[in-house]
Amino acid sequence: MKMQYFPGCTLKNKAKQLDIYARQCAEVLGVTLEEPKEWQCCGGAFTSSSDEIATKLSSVRLLKTAAEQGEALVTVCSACHNVVKQTNYAMQHDSVFADRVNRYFAQENAAPYAGDAQVYHYLELLRDVIGFDKVAQAVKAPLKGKKIAAYYGCLLLRPSKVIAMDDPENPRIIEELIRAMGAEPVIWARRNECCGGYVTAVSPEQAEKNSRKLCDNAIACGAEMIVTACPLCKYNLERQGCPIPVVYLTELLAEAFGVTEVQA
Amino acid sequence: MSHQKNNLREEILRISGVNVKKCMKCGKCSASCPSYDEMEFHPHQFVSMIDEGNIEPLLNSESLYHCLSCFACAERCPRGVEPAKLIDAVRVTATRRQGGDRIKPEDIPCILDENTPGQLLMTAFRKYKK
Ligand code: SF4
Ligand code: SF4
Repeated sequence: MKMQYFPGCTLKNKAKQLDIYARQCAEVLGVTLEEPKEWQCCGGAFTSSSDEIATKLSSVRLLKTAAEQGEALVTVCSACHNVVKQTNYAMQHDSVFADRVNRYFAQENAAPYAGDAQVYHYLELLRDVIGFDKVAQAVKAPLKGKKIAAYYGCLLLRPSKVIAMDDPENPRIIEELIRAMGAEPVIWARRNECCGGYVTAVSPEQAEKNSRKLCDNAIACGAEMIVTACPLCKYNLERQGCPIPVVYLTELLAEAFGVTEVQA
Repeated sequence: MSHQKNNLREEILRISGVNVKKCMKCGKCSASCPSYDEMEFHPHQFVSMIDEGNIEPLLNSESLYHCLSCFACAERCPRGVEPAKLIDAVRVTATRRQGGDRIKPEDIPCILDENTPGQLLMTAFRKYKK
């Protein structure tokens, strides 16, 4: 099975492990992730104001490319996923916005985009397309006895009406993956709270405070490790000195699958 | 309400798509906010002040730059008001004003360290700059 795949800017640079292992683990499961020839950064954050058009065009182009290929679009980074999903939703539900976007395409003599691309986060690819039972069957080196805290943060869950991946107050998709890999999920209260996000750029103390509360809570609940899909979450948690490792979910999956070869 | 105040109110309501009249003033949005201590105006105050057309103090408030856009307030509002979208709308209105950029390219070297993800810079520019 082949799908379109959007790595985004950070996975090409600081978060290469998230990207490389995502592709390799998908191959193990019989899915080829194909990167479109041309793509631009999603912008990192979705601005909910409906009169922001130009900043959302890169996401629409990406969605349009996948739809025209007749393939689903897979994302891994939580921020890319949030932006692309929210943009697709706006194209489907806000006709004024969709009309203004499509006027840009008309100027380029390109076809309009109807909002019909199917978008999956990598976690949804594992749960809904492949199935966690198949993931469990592919595990060669179970992560036995590891106590892992699934960290969702804000972007993977909210707004839940749009993202629609899981219950925003009691999510379980990452915990199910942790079990499929043979490890033990730790349930902790702050797993769906924000790490401080982009506020690090203007108010680092505020972000440090948020991240510290998160690490403290995960550790108090018995976690030996925190798993995330978001490079900014990992950065913020590590920046304030989280005493336990913060790893990407695809790194763990690669370890469980026995995939170690790193190809640049 | 003056004509000017009313125009600004209508503009914020239009670009945010929020119906402030649905608010029942329960305060759950502010109780959910992880930036509560850092914000001089809390999410429920954005809702009521925008409804009153009292928007200038919000436009000039530091609170705009402490909101994380985490959508906890929007998710947990029992009336579906989505205060986060109002804050986004006031923030873009503030950054679009002359001299409204909160972050400038020359600030970047001070933010960067060897691990800074591109995502942080992209997002900060999107949220803090026109
Ligand atoms: S979106 Fe902003 S105001 Fe709403 S809960 Fe998050 S930080 Fe607070
Ligand atoms: S949670 Fe909703 S209804 Fe309650 S004060 Fe906030 S906006 Fe109003």
